[in-house]
Amino acid sequence: MSFFDYFRNKKGPNTASIAKERLQIIVAHERNTRGQPDYLPQLQQELLDVIRKYVAIQDDQVQVQLDKNDSCSVLELNVTLPDKV
Amino acid sequence: MAKIIVVTSGKGGVGKTTTSASISTGLAKRGLRTVVIDFDVGLRNLDLIMNCERRVVYDFVNVIQGEATLNQALIRDKRVENLYILPASQTRDKEALTKEGVEKVLNQLAEQFDYIICDSPAGIEHGALMALYFADEAVVVTNPEVSSVRDSDRILGILQSKSRRSELGLDPVKEHLLLTRYNPERVERGEMLSIEDVNDILSIPLLGCIPESMAVLNASNSGVPVILDEESTAGQAYDDAVARLLGEERELRFLDLQKKGIFKRMFGG
Ligand SMILES: Nc1ncnc2c1ncn2[C@@H]1O[C@H](COP(=O)(O)OP(=O)(O)O)[C@@H](O)[C@H]1O
Ligand SMILES: [Mg+2]
Repeated sequence: MSFFDYFRNKKGPNTASIAKERLQIIVAHERNTRGQPDYLPQLQQELLDVIRKYVAIQDDQVQVQLDKNDSCSVLELNVTLPDKV
Repeated sequence: MAKIIVVTSGKGGVGKTTTSASISTGLAKRGLRTVVIDFDVGLRNLDLIMNCERRVVYDFVNVIQGEATLNQALIRDKRVENLYILPASQTRDKEALTKEGVEKVLNQLAEQFDYIICDSPAGIEHGALMALYFADEAVVVTNPEVSSVRDSDRILGILQSKSRRSELGLDPVKEHLLLTRYNPERVERGEMLSIEDVNDILSIPLLGCIPESMAVLNASNSGVPVILDEESTAGQAYDDAVARLLGEERELRFLDLQKKGIFKRMFGG
């Protein structure tokens, strides 16, 4: 919390700091997905569906990311399984 | 070599046209040959703000399609020397702005002008992409408000990946943040994002901060770019922004006193 936030808090709810927090989260997320092909979210969803046939996992336990090099692109797939499978 | 500057934002109604009018007027007042182009095909507005709506004969699309010469379409400003306006078309479909057509017109303008200011339409569709594609610098107009800040970040992403400079691997488009409709009292009360807040999120160099001001509405009512209202805080803040665009150092003004120390530090002034 900054020096100025202290003064702000004295006068009613500080919606500006809520706005800032929300923005920081969404902007960071959107920067990560920037430049990715449009099919990635659907690919991620379908992978989730396939894995769920065998293991119960949460939405955020499958991460898909595409990294581009000069010569090729690498699709990185990260699946976190629950402790007891 | 002419400098091409796009005034862009993603979000509509944040002050792009107001800013384009004032920045182009400010540059011309300093003796720089300046043209301001309205890229908002279908929704011509810059002509009203610049008080030349009744002198529009030909427009940007007429020139692209060869129906008029550039000099027939350019409107000379009556108040400020060295200032010309190229109005948007009102009727044509947006695809009329082809990349080749825009490039041809910009190349021609570059022979006669020092600064080419492109007033972008809102959104991230064709018109907005054409307005930013050829830019050397970008003024990203942002209001201290969640959706405007988020849209500005998206536009920054597009400048970094879809502009001519990025596609050709040249030096990146130089980015400037212009915060507008800033209300220091509301910031003080914790109701509005502060300059530091927006700066923390977007982290691009700050060109200026234009306060929310009644003078802006009065200026657009009478067709006088607000920078010519030298009494007004908004007019003076735009003048500071133009000075900074040209490399001058100017301290931020019209924010409340308490915060002054921090901005001095931000600008190293
Ligand atoms: N600093 C300001 N203070 C008060 N009103 C402003 C300010 N800047 C812009 N406006 C108003 O906001 C509205 C939208 O401005 P405009 O420049 O047309 O935005 P855009 O081109 O981004 O759609 C207009 O009514 C204008 O008068
Ligand atoms: Mg506009």
